[in-house]
Parts: sequence; structure tokens; C-alpha cells
Amino acid sequence: MLQAATVKRRRSWKKHLPLHLMLVPGILLLIMFHYIPMAGIVIAFQNFIPAKGFFDSKWVGWNNFEFMLQMPGIGQVLWNTIFIAFLKIIFGQIAPIVTALLLNEVRKSSIKRSVQTLIYLPHFLSWVILGGILIDILSPSQGLLNEVISWFGMEPLFFLGNDKLFPYVLVVTDVWKEFGFGTIVYLAALTSINPTLYEAAIMDGAGRWKQTIHVTLPGMLPIIVLLATLGLGGVLNAGFDQVFNLYNPLVYRTGDILDTFVYRLGLIDAQYAVATAVGLFKSVVSLIFVGASYWLAYRIAGYRIF
Amino acid sequence: MDINDSLGRKVFLICNNVFLITLAVVCLLPLINILALSFSSSSAATAGAVKLWPVDFTLSSYKYALSKPEFLQSLFVSIVRVVLGTIISLLVVVISAYPLSKERTDFPMRTFYVWFFFVTILFSGGLIPTYMVIRNYHMLDTIWALVLPGAVAVFNIVLLLNFFRGTPKEIQEAALVDGCTQWQLLWKMMVPISIPALATILLFTCVGQWNAWFDGLIYMNSPTNYPLQTYLQTLVVSTELFTAGGNLTAEDMKALAEVSDRTTKASQIFLAALPVLVLYPFLQKYFMKGIVLGSVKG
Repeated sequence: MLQAATVKRRRSWKKHLPLHLMLVPGILLLIMFHYIPMAGIVIAFQNFIPAKGFFDSKWVGWNNFEFMLQMPGIGQVLWNTIFIAFLKIIFGQIAPIVTALLLNEVRKSSIKRSVQTLIYLPHFLSWVILGGILIDILSPSQGLLNEVISWFGMEPLFFLGNDKLFPYVLVVTDVWKEFGFGTIVYLAALTSINPTLYEAAIMDGAGRWKQTIHVTLPGMLPIIVLLATLGLGGVLNAGFDQVFNLYNPLVYRTGDILDTFVYRLGLIDAQYAVATAVGLFKSVVSLIFVGASYWLAYRIAGYRIF
Repeated sequence: MDINDSLGRKVFLICNNVFLITLAVVCLLPLINILALSFSSSSAATAGAVKLWPVDFTLSSYKYALSKPEFLQSLFVSIVRVVLGTIISLLVVVISAYPLSKERTDFPMRTFYVWFFFVTILFSGGLIPTYMVIRNYHMLDTIWALVLPGAVAVFNIVLLLNFFRGTPKEIQEAALVDGCTQWQLLWKMMVPISIPALATILLFTCVGQWNAWFDGLIYMNSPTNYPLQTYLQTLVVSTELFTAGGNLTAEDMKALAEVSDRTTKASQIFLAALPVLVLYPFLQKYFMKGIVLGSVKG
């Protein structure tokens, strides 16, 4: 019996050998660039000195974390991160839903298609390019937007240098970049609504507005719930690329987020160990949120990525 | 518009069209503004005379940008990273997605491997450990630091494996019965029938490689190795400058913004956006399918 099982296993191994081999490059790359860096998290518990490396640096237990908690401003950075990320999640959902509903009402397909083409575009440009453009457009002295504001007789606003405005500038520009692309999924959901539901609603005397409320929105609900749930996972991702390309010392108070904080602490000030500790804190909290969001999405909507 | 529409409905449809067209224009205006700036003379730009149309039309800022060795150097690095990065990533994605698309009954180890890939989405070592590890590999200042760490694009693998799973099972079974090896099955059957999905992934990978800038900033010590977006980042945005300055006042910042030449920056920004704009029609043709394919399967 035992022999038979071994033979069978060996045969199965041989049969599947090509499949295993195909996975070798991917697995090697993941080990090199993802799993070994995960092991590198030990830095957070060391008095890490690059010359000594991971193995010979002195262990200091939780010291780096205690240091992290005593750093001035860390609470504010955490709050900024959550505040910005949260607003982005909310408005990053609402804007595409509304746009998709409005696009759905357009009769002329030429208008619909051109609008779609243009609103998807910013998604494909990097934050470096958009950052460069926005810095120019939002500039207090020469920017296009302040020019428009001055037509209404208002004082120019220093959008990127005013720490009260800055978080909202981040949210608005992020929604501006991504809302168009976000409509794709909702438009797809709209086309999959059964047309007989609309016919039935019309028979019952429902106007366009009633149809939207009672047929369209319920038809979109599953995908809205799914994306809202998955969005939870990003509660600590306030958007490093965007913030990094738009912020400056004038707005650190309200604009500095965990990722930019880790970058400056680690790679500019060379405080590797403490920066890793802050990064680890973020990774662990994110893991909990992302894990919970996937689990919820699975429970609520039967969503599985694999 | 329908003749039967009520007045309210007609008004709504007109307002709706106007609103959506405004929205679309808002997405385009910033690009037009930067384009107009790039073709204007620098004195007109400094005077704030340029809005949406070039003033004192000139090509001098483009001539300047294209004669700058740093610009051309970084453009070259970008082209290399796009070509090399896309080829490597696409190959890895294809050969990883195929085994992972098998059912557990056909490939018992699948579950383990799937988790092995999936965990990297859930958790990462973070910035500093990744940087340290790549430094220990002696990859700093090499093109490998730009193309290898992101080569296993797990989300693209998911997209492709779902596409593979959506193809008729009979194709694979028939081919295997006919004595086809797994390797042949992948390249001669699965890849040709997955061209739409592969085109999506190809275009997304190209754009992703072209747009990446942060890896260049941290892994390249020498600015001669910067890819274009990183070069542009240090030129146009350059928070480094601000951080080094420490206590800048609002006045200092305004002065800094005015000293630097708007038109040459504008031309370089536009040149960096150009490849994406050229690829955009192709992208648009595929990404609708691709996104829907990957995100809202049953």
C-alpha cells in the first residue's frame, strides 16, 4: 500500500514537473525581492548599521518602537494619513458612481465616447507629470486656476503652500485623476442590468428618476459594496506618489503621511532602524485592514481574486 | 432627443451633456495649458500671458530640452527599462499564470503556490528593508534594480489566470490527449487565444515602466542613471531642494517658483507624457475589456 502511494506520488510529481518548472522564475524573483526583504524587517528590532549588515547589528528589542512613539508629530502624521486616505476612499467612490449614472443617460454615443476618452486620460499619466502640471496651474502668481479665481474678484490662493487647504487639494486632484477610470467598472455593471427590469418598471409607471432609484442603483449595488469593502484595505494608503510630488515644508503639518515620513526618516536622515519600525507598523496595520477587506468581500459578495 | 420626451427631461439631457462635456474639458485643460506654455516664449510665460494658446510661438524650449545631455541620457535609460522590463515581466507573468490557472485536481500544489504569490500582495518588507536588500545584491545604479523587483506583477498574473480559466476546458484536454506537452500547450494554444488579455497586460506594463520614477530616485545614486520620470521629478518637483533648505517661507517658495523657467519645464513635461498619449488609443481599445475581465468576474 505504502509503496503504491509513493509510486503514485512520484508519478504525479513527474507529471506535474513542467508546471513546477514554469513557476521557478516567478518564485525566485518573489523570494529575492519580496520574501528576503520581509526577513529584512529584523532591522526594526536592531540598532542597524549598514556596514555590519543584518546579522551583526545589535539587537535592541522594542527600543525603536518606543522611540517611534515618542517622536514629535508621529500622531499628526498618522492622523493626516487616515484623514486623507479616508476622504479619498469616500469621494473616489462617489464621483465615479455619479459620473457613470450620468454617462448612462447620454443618448448620443459620440458624446458619450468622447467624454469617456477624455476622463480616462489622467489615470495614465504619472504623478510626476501631473505634479509638474499642477504646481504650475496652482501657482499663486502665474497659475491658470488663480487667474480664474481673480476674475471673480477673489484673492489668489496658495494651494500648495497653505496647510489648511493642502489635504483638500490632495483629495480633489486625486479624484480628478482617477474618477474617470473608476467609471469603467460601474459602466460595465450598468450594461449587465437586465433590460426587462426597466420594461417592467416603465409598465408600472416609473419615470427615469424612479427607474434610476429602483432599478439602476440596486443593479449596481453589489459592485458598489464590493469596491467599498476592498477600499477599506487602503485606509493607510494616502497616496505616496501624489503627496511626494506635491508637498513641501510649508504643508508638512497637514500633508505629511506615513510613507513620506518613512522616506525622509530612512533615506534622507539615514535612521534606518526607526524608519523600518514605522514602516513595519504601517505594514502590519495595513495587513489587518486588507485581510479584513478581502475576507468581508468574500463573505458579502463571494469575491475571490484567485 | 426623443419627441416624446417631457420638457423636464429635455432640460435634464441638455444640462447633463453640458456638465459631462465640462468635466471632460476639465480633464484636458491642464494638458493644453502645459502644451501652450511649452510653445510660448519664456518672457510671455513669465509675464503670465499664456493661457490655452501659445503666445509668441517658438520651438526653442523643445530645442533646448532635446539638446540637453541629461534629458537624452534619461530618455535612453527609460527606453531600456521599458523594453527590458516589459519583456521580462510579460514572460514571468505568462509562465506563472498558466500553472496557477490549473484546477486543484489537475495540479495539487496549486493552492500552496497561489498563496505564495498572494502573500506578497498582503504584506511587504517595506521601503527600507527592500532598499537594503537590493543594495546588498549590488544592484544599485544598475538597470536590474528598475526591472526585476516589480517583474512578478501579481495583479497581472491574476488577470491572465482568470482569462485562462475562462477558456474552454476541452481545448486543453484535447491537446493533452493528443500528446501535447504543457509547454507546447501554453505557447501554441493558450497564448494565441489570450491575445486580448496579453495586449492589455503588455500595454499596462509598458505604461507602468515608463511612468515609474520612485525606484529610479532611490536605487540610482548617480543622476546619469535616472530614467526620464525620475529626472523630471528632480527637475520639476524636487522636494529635495525644499527639504535641504529647511525653513523656507511662503515668499521664498514663490520666488523659487518664478526663477525657474516655466517653458523648458513645460516642454519636458509634455515630452514625458507624449509616449503615453501616443499609446493611449491602443490602451483604450483594450483596457475596458481588461479591467472588467480582472475585477468583476463572477
